[in-house]
Amino acid sequence: MLKFVAWRLASLVPVMVVVTFMVFGLVLLIPGDPAVRIAGQDATVEQIEAVRDRLGLDDPFLVQYADWVAGAVQGDLGTSLFTSRPVAESISEALPVTLALTLTAIVISLCISVPLAVLAGLRRGTWVDRLATLGSSVGIALPSFWVGLMFVLLFSVTLGWLPATGYVPLSEDPVGWLRHIILPATALGIAAAAESTRQLRGSVIEVLQQDYVRTARAKGLKTRMVIGKHVLKNASVPLVTIIGLQTTFLLGGAVVVESVFGLPGLGQVAITAVTTRNIPVVQGIVLVAVVVAMLANLLVDLSYGYLNPRVRLHD
Amino acid sequence: MTEHDDSRSAATVAEPVAAVPGTPPAAVHGRGGWRNFRRRVGSNRAAVLALGVLCVLILIAVVAPWITPQDPNAQNLRAVLVPPGTDGYWLGSDQLGRDIFSRLIVATRVSLLAVLLAVAVAFVAGAPVGFLSGFVGGRFDMVVMRINDAVMSFPPLLLAIGLVAVLGPSLRNAMFAVGIVFAPRFLRLVRGVVLGLKEETYVEASRGIGTSTRMILVRHILPNTLSPLTAQLAVTVGFAMLAESSLSFLGLGVQPPDASWGSMIREGFLYFYQSPYLGIFPGIMITIAVLTFITLGDGLRDALGREERKER
Repeated sequence: MLKFVAWRLASLVPVMVVVTFMVFGLVLLIPGDPAVRIAGQDATVEQIEAVRDRLGLDDPFLVQYADWVAGAVQGDLGTSLFTSRPVAESISEALPVTLALTLTAIVISLCISVPLAVLAGLRRGTWVDRLATLGSSVGIALPSFWVGLMFVLLFSVTLGWLPATGYVPLSEDPVGWLRHIILPATALGIAAAAESTRQLRGSVIEVLQQDYVRTARAKGLKTRMVIGKHVLKNASVPLVTIIGLQTTFLLGGAVVVESVFGLPGLGQVAITAVTTRNIPVVQGIVLVAVVVAMLANLLVDLSYGYLNPRVRLHD
Repeated sequence: MTEHDDSRSAATVAEPVAAVPGTPPAAVHGRGGWRNFRRRVGSNRAAVLALGVLCVLILIAVVAPWITPQDPNAQNLRAVLVPPGTDGYWLGSDQLGRDIFSRLIVATRVSLLAVLLAVAVAFVAGAPVGFLSGFVGGRFDMVVMRINDAVMSFPPLLLAIGLVAVLGPSLRNAMFAVGIVFAPRFLRLVRGVVLGLKEETYVEASRGIGTSTRMILVRHILPNTLSPLTAQLAVTVGFAMLAESSLSFLGLGVQPPDASWGSMIREGFLYFYQSPYLGIFPGIMITIAVLTFITLGDGLRDALGREERKER
């Protein structure tokens, strides 16, 4: 197992090099003189020079890259072009909100998908199965930000049950936190639930056809025991993988859903940065998001290696 | 994503029908195979229905400028935010008194063209490299796959937002960004198919009797990548549409006065409390369109036999 962990960590290094290169290289994609584009059309020569100086744009690219990576490793992602605030500070304030939203969305997605997929898998070909399959296709096709809007319309405007916007940290008021996070997290979790249902239904069907399930049934084990002990346990292995992949996907989706509900997460910081071309902030956010996604997938791989020894042996 | 977990990453959200690299594709070899493939798609009622809806959407997009009841950009400040069913405004009007129904029709064209552009970028950037990587193999393949893994480890929408940040908000830039985000999926799919095909007996036999590499590529490998690619194309169009609508909703895609479904939801969001229905109809259109493409992709994939084999 230790060898597997070490190998998995080592395999992150080349990916990390490419990722940081890409994130930093975003500056190269700016058409024309980056300093002029970032400072804006009405900027004075001094302002343009200040931007050039601040971003070190006169240095060779590799020197700029090395400086940036060296800073990033120590938690220094540069400063905002307009407020001189450290980028890492803005991100560390916003990241917990985005993470809370993403994690809650995953929990909601599991609460919907697991019972639905097991029911659909067990009653394959019946109306329950067909409904679950249709429902999951529609769920994938629904834009989560639109679902969020519809939730606001229904639960906030029409029924007045839950707040439409705003955020309360979990540490301050757990009930208030839940009231603010439940709608955005559900809006975000629906697409994930739809995808998980599809995948999990498939693996439930696959496990049901295995010899050990037939043996368990043949020796007179109760259906509930067969499902709990054999089917669910074995069908849940691919679910772990799905959760890892969904974290990557949901981190992106969270950015959009946050803007519907006015949550002070990475999304809000990102959108402001994009519209003002605050490149250091954009780079910081993309880098942090990709690192979070990679760590989530690393955790998944490790737990997968733990659950399924064949993976370890294979490597 | 690492090499060893490729085989279980077919479950990815952004890519539900991703091929399993290394898995030989169902041989759709020669004309008989293609006919068989078409017959199997034809017997899938959902896929046929989706194809029908797609034809209607394409028709609307093509004839859009001629069938709108009103000029989609014509403002009428005396009929601002009127509710659906008002005389002359079937689905109501927006904050500038523009006819929502007409704008929906024109947005169909913008949205479809936008995703086509995105998927074209993804295809051109991904498929040829994947083909080469799978065929050449060795160190080249290893380097390509590492870079591909790196691109795939980005949260898709955030990478697109980052690209739009440097390129500037516009529909063209947003679609280019979405294309780059989806390119690795094509790369991996084509590479996997080519890797599988290289091991097929008929390819080996063909090589054994001295057929040139070029001939093997043209006769055996290229035609067999088409069917899985078609399925992947359909699904990618669906996901690209979700990405486009998200970016346009954030104001990073299509710019006023033009409209895509996503930007119409944005306008609906800004005037949400005055007239909530503004954002409802474009959302329904997006859902229908995405569902159409995904169902079509599923139908095509099933026709390839992979799903059927798995469930049997």
